[in-house]
Amino acid sequence: MTSRTFAQLCLLPLAIFTLTFLALPLARLILASGEGEFGWGIYLKILQTPRYYATLLQTVIISVAVTIAALGISTTAGLFLVRNRFMGRGVLLSILTLPLAFPGVVVGFMIILLGGRQGLVNQILPGHWVFAYSAFGLFLGYLYFSIPRVLLTVMAAAEKIDPALEEAALTLGAPSHRVVLDVILPALAPAMIAAGAIAFATAMGAFGTAFTLATNIDVLPMVIYTEFTLSANIAMAAALSVVLGVITWVLLLIARSFSGATIAAGG
Amino acid sequence: MFKSPAKLFQLAITLLACAFLLIPTLQSALAGVTVNYFRGVSSGLTFKWIIEVWALYSGSIFLSIGLALACLVCTLIIGVPAAYALARNPGRLSRMLEEFISLPLAIPGLALALALLQLYGGWREFRMSWTFILVGHVLYTLPFMVRSVMSVLAAIDLKTLEEGAASLGAPSHRRFLDIVVPNALPGILAGALTVVTLSIGEFNLTWMLHTPFLKTLPVGLADSYASMRLEIASAYTLIFFAMIVPLLLAMQWATARAQRIMS
Repeated sequence: MTSRTFAQLCLLPLAIFTLTFLALPLARLILASGEGEFGWGIYLKILQTPRYYATLLQTVIISVAVTIAALGISTTAGLFLVRNRFMGRGVLLSILTLPLAFPGVVVGFMIILLGGRQGLVNQILPGHWVFAYSAFGLFLGYLYFSIPRVLLTVMAAAEKIDPALEEAALTLGAPSHRVVLDVILPALAPAMIAAGAIAFATAMGAFGTAFTLATNIDVLPMVIYTEFTLSANIAMAAALSVVLGVITWVLLLIARSFSGATIAAGG
Repeated sequence: MFKSPAKLFQLAITLLACAFLLIPTLQSALAGVTVNYFRGVSSGLTFKWIIEVWALYSGSIFLSIGLALACLVCTLIIGVPAAYALARNPGRLSRMLEEFISLPLAIPGLALALALLQLYGGWREFRMSWTFILVGHVLYTLPFMVRSVMSVLAAIDLKTLEEGAASLGAPSHRRFLDIVVPNALPGILAGALTVVTLSIGEFNLTWMLHTPFLKTLPVGLADSYASMRLEIASAYTLIFFAMIVPLLLAMQWATARAQRIMS
């Protein structure tokens, strides 16, 4: 056996598995979206139906808000943890990356413990403070799983910035806020774009967290789920899945081109 | 040590973020061993909720462990040889293939599950069997195994090692087993821990693919959040944490180790 045939043989299990369980099902999903009463016009129908359109818009707004918040918090914390060595730094870092392994449902439960009827905030503050099932609760849930993802991407980039650049700027008399604006943030920009794209895509597709929290609000994954299970509107569920999949895929492609990050978009 | 106002501000943000992430996990751990969460810890501590969870959901926990191990075996068999082939022949085609198998990371699990259901949902024996969930888990975790092994293989001089062995008369499959696999071990270990961690926590695909008789740990969690009292839901979450946190730490250790070897 030549080494070329051997290499091809090595790819065979992957090729069979990927074709059977990825390529063909995805092709079937795309075809299924056009098999409804509207045909391929179903994609136009999404924009024309107020319920789907409003849901899409709401999902985008929440995801944008989460992305901005996560970038602000994680860049600040990430830069701090890269620049300073102190007792307990490792512990803080572990805490901040802990939620990476939490499924979306568990994240949802964490928010219920904070802002549910028996939640911490409602117990501490006087009056009635239940926000777990509102848009704000969903925002907090998405923020919960976005912080670690953004943090890791930003920290990896911050570690590669040459400290000499910063020192040079300081010796030349730049005040520290100018150093941040003119030296650090431009150097971090590619990583921040990548991290932002990851956070946005994850928030758009988050199902587990929405499943636990979004009882009153419509977000795209929940609408897909109800179209499929309750309304048995297969074509619409498939079309919305295709739209969602294309959005998140393109965003993560952008993220990958700015940094080589591999972070799963589960939430 | 942190004297300037800017440093103090950064520290404050970092600590606030830590508090936001940590406090609910501690609350959950505490609620899982408290007699009555609403009355507080003063009502006493107990293991009865954990025992009750075990009675209700131990099947789900074992199913998840079994699934994770089966998923590991599949990703090893499919992923390690494929990573070798892709690392041996870098190029456009390999890049495209790698990009394609990484699609399950980019496409939400819900959409992938719908795709699988569309094509195979009508095949009853398959739909009702645990292998249907396994397929979803392998789909989701495979790219991590492939990339983890590929990045280690890309860092060593595979070609020279293989040529040396070939000149001594080693056939292709012996070179793979005796040279490639031992050299790729740190990557395989990091990939394996990632696969097991992700498989045990997978919910988005599994929720769509599961059947009433096959509930995995996270499916059981969703079930308990919706229908059980807070103490039971918390105790179940506590058991999940006890499984997933050591796995996560081991995974981070193994990944950092593989990266150290590469550089």
